[in-house]
Amino acid sequence: MSLKHYETVFIITPVLSDQEVEETVDKFKKWLSDHGADVYHDEKWGLKKLAYPILNKTTGVYHLFEFKADPTVIANLEIEYKRDERVMRFLTVSLDKYGVEFNERRRAGAFKKTKKSEPQKEEAKK
Amino acid sequence: MTLVNESINRGEQQKKYCRFKKHRIKYIDYKDPDFLAKFLNEQGKILPRRLTGTSLKFQKKIAVAVKRARQLALLPYVTDGFK
Repeated sequence: MSLKHYETVFIITPVLSDQEVEETVDKFKKWLSDHGADVYHDEKWGLKKLAYPILNKTTGVYHLFEFKADPTVIANLEIEYKRDERVMRFLTVSLDKYGVEFNERRRAGAFKKTKKSEPQKEEAKK
Repeated sequence: MTLVNESINRGEQQKKYCRFKKHRIKYIDYKDPDFLAKFLNEQGKILPRRLTGTSLKFQKKIAVAVKRARQLALLPYVTDGFK
């Protein structure tokens, strides 16, 4: 039961009220913790303009989860996403050690201010 | 007016380097569209290595990140006047 690091981003249809969006997010969060995943970070990007229309909608509510889970849980998670019609699109990505380290620094706000000069930030690291 | 075509000394003009090796960047984040936009051309297509000068290893990482960003509609598949 080796827990691997994962990161999932999903887009919820904008037609829902905030309360329903909140409900969807909580539903997945609860689903994940029920299946032995420990969601150690979640981030709300809110309503964003899509680069191209999905299901003829031009905006969507983005949400990000970072969690540790057993690899077998991921397949069921994706089925859960497909089953829920409020979620327009989702992407689950496994993180290697550089990805995990990058996310920690991103959460610490390493890239917040100097948004554009991300490479400089990396240089300071060495 | 020489009849011989002078060679265009493109080579000496600023030696290209792989910005990921130089700045020791290890992970390319697919969630940051404006950083990835530096590697896309006007139509949103991925720039070839000969223009950006990135090494093969990181060009592949960029391609994966761009394709993930496109999947999440952070970057367009094709557009005009993108930047």
